[in-house]
Amino acid sequence: MLTADQKKELEATIQQFVGKPIGPAATSRDAVNEAMILQWCDAMGDTNPVYQDRAVAEKSVHGGIVAPPMMLDAWTMQGWDMHKGYDEPTNEEQRLHKILTDAGYTGVLGTNTEQEFDRYLRIGDEVTAETIIEGISEEKATGAGIGYFITTKTTFSDAAGAQVGWMNFRVLKFIPKEAPQAASDSGGGAAEAYVPARIKPPMGHDNAWWWNEVAAGRITVQRCKGCQQLRHPPRPMCPGCRSMEWDSIEISGRGTLHTFTVIHYPQFPGYEFPICAALVDLEEGVRMVSDVMDCKPEDLKIGMKLKAYIHEDDDGFKLPLFRPSE
Amino acid sequence: MPTTLKDEAAIAGIGQTKYSKNSGASELALACEAVSNAIDDAGIEANEVDGLVTFLMDSSDEVEVARTVGLGDLNLLSRVAYGGGAAVPLVHQAAMAVATGVCKNVVVYRALNGRSGQRMGQGVSGDIITADLIHWSWYMPFGMLTPASWIAFAATRYMHQYGTSEDSFAHVAVSTRKHAVNNPNAAFFEQPLSFEDYYASKPICTPLRLYDCCQETDGGCALLITTPERARDLKQKPALIRGVSQASFDGQEQMTSFYRDELSGLPEMERAAAIVYEQSGLGPEDIDASILYDAFTPEVVMQVESFGFCKKGEGGDFVKDGNLEIGGRLPNNTHGGLLSESYIHGVNNIAEGARLIRGDSFNQPQKCDHVLVSSGVGVPTGALILGQA
Repeated sequence: MLTADQKKELEATIQQFVGKPIGPAATSRDAVNEAMILQWCDAMGDTNPVYQDRAVAEKSVHGGIVAPPMMLDAWTMQGWDMHKGYDEPTNEEQRLHKILTDAGYTGVLGTNTEQEFDRYLRIGDEVTAETIIEGISEEKATGAGIGYFITTKTTFSDAAGAQVGWMNFRVLKFIPKEAPQAASDSGGGAAEAYVPARIKPPMGHDNAWWWNEVAAGRITVQRCKGCQQLRHPPRPMCPGCRSMEWDSIEISGRGTLHTFTVIHYPQFPGYEFPICAALVDLEEGVRMVSDVMDCKPEDLKIGMKLKAYIHEDDDGFKLPLFRPSE
Repeated sequence: MPTTLKDEAAIAGIGQTKYSKNSGASELALACEAVSNAIDDAGIEANEVDGLVTFLMDSSDEVEVARTVGLGDLNLLSRVAYGGGAAVPLVHQAAMAVATGVCKNVVVYRALNGRSGQRMGQGVSGDIITADLIHWSWYMPFGMLTPASWIAFAATRYMHQYGTSEDSFAHVAVSTRKHAVNNPNAAFFEQPLSFEDYYASKPICTPLRLYDCCQETDGGCALLITTPERARDLKQKPALIRGVSQASFDGQEQMTSFYRDELSGLPEMERAAAIVYEQSGLGPEDIDASILYDAFTPEVVMQVESFGFCKKGEGGDFVKDGNLEIGGRLPNNTHGGLLSESYIHGVNNIAEGARLIRGDSFNQPQKCDHVLVSSGVGVPTGALILGQA
């Protein structure tokens, strides 16, 4: 597992690959030919005669045998040599994968492809493929584990240089869920392992004090010194009397549920789903957004009584949450 | 000098790109293609454009667009904030400029790689602390990271208050999809949605299911706004701007106006409605079709109330009675809306409003003298009434 700093460095390194070609353009080992088409059709169970029966194909709109469009990327595949690149990278894509593998993202899953075809390929066509690394996602939590989606875009052209089609290919490079976590502190004083955590508030003049109060064990709301009006979330001026003088009071923590939503998707790293997000009417007369814990989603009812408490995440971040009360 | 915006400007050109999930193009390229198409659609020269207005969120600077398209000199370079709430206010800015003579021909645009690029609700990042960032931080730590979660609070409260059921939201999703099925530019062209499909779709943020939520789209859309006099001499039938407004309301926040007494209404939309009705001298009874912002289905139910098509709390029954379909009282989102055509942040909705006036919709109702268009819900927003010139 990586420390937060190592992770930042890793992300900076991999993002440098975005937009880069993986290497020089690659031309097909063999020109488009009937033998390969037949093998592909056998494997796929495709019996369309325009791919394999000359007599039928000649009478068709194509005037001769054409390659199945879906076969496009098969023509420029590297063959058996491709496997060597996983240990000793021979192109930028493999180099990117190796960096992630070495950082613990050992798993790889093809997730999806998109293809578009400009024309059918004919016998004798030579296909050239140019591939770029089009994008790398931010870190995602998936069923398979935490990882990055890498998208490559390949443009295919013929001997005359005209585009015949393109393909986007997306893989997930991930830390397999089953993989043993950094279990023991063998190194002595090893840096803390990186675990995804909830998004933290940025700390500015207008809000840091409130979070500092929470960290110190107090849930407060802001109070105008001019007219005593309570307000939440905090802001630098009172909308009632325009005073910029304020203090705060500690709340009782008692409130009722004004409205809610049970959040199922999308599932961001650092949160446990589903989330019972709540808008709470505090007995002091202001509202506060938080989550209701220790409550089944189906038990949420507008008007139910709630009580606030301060929760501490594993990384030490504290925030006020609510649970049902009588 | 005009004292209102009534009949002072018209939409004379519509331009759009292909709508897709992966454009393979830069956002600047999409913006320029849309702007260029709007100019060509109107039939004016590029150097006649003297104003550009877009979303604050848009990544394509006005000067970059001007230089790329070859627009020449500009008298107005302006932006509107608050996400989808900016769509109609772009037209508001353009109409003010044209009405006052500041500009002769304004193009408004929005282009985004909304699926393949920066997606909505990707969270906050960066180290610069702004009021906006602090605003979001009251919600992010609690897992409220997406527009669906923010709008769900109001939807839950609305259902509680009026006893409205999810069936009403289903009717919005299904009726909107019916229109997209006939629109070749729609993501869901020829792909109908059944009630069974709707109820089987996965929960996103209760009460919202997948099909209560709009899509993410790569694409661009632009509109050319000029004077009614000039518009009459151009290639297309003009869509006259009978009234246009921008409005926020007391207690307004960006998507999180949770601290008002009442969460089950849209007071900023009611205000936007009151302004356009007063400006145009028209009322809900004069509106033949509508394009109501539909990022999420409950927004449509609430808006039919905001614009006075039924009483408060009756929106759910109004949509269930088939009123939003062709032949109904208020054919709505005849292109498939944000739910089923595309999500160009609502500018594509205004384009459909203009097409309805031209008589060019893929689902054209028989009578279409006045069309109402709204923009983003839960944010400072706007309303627009288009009419026959």
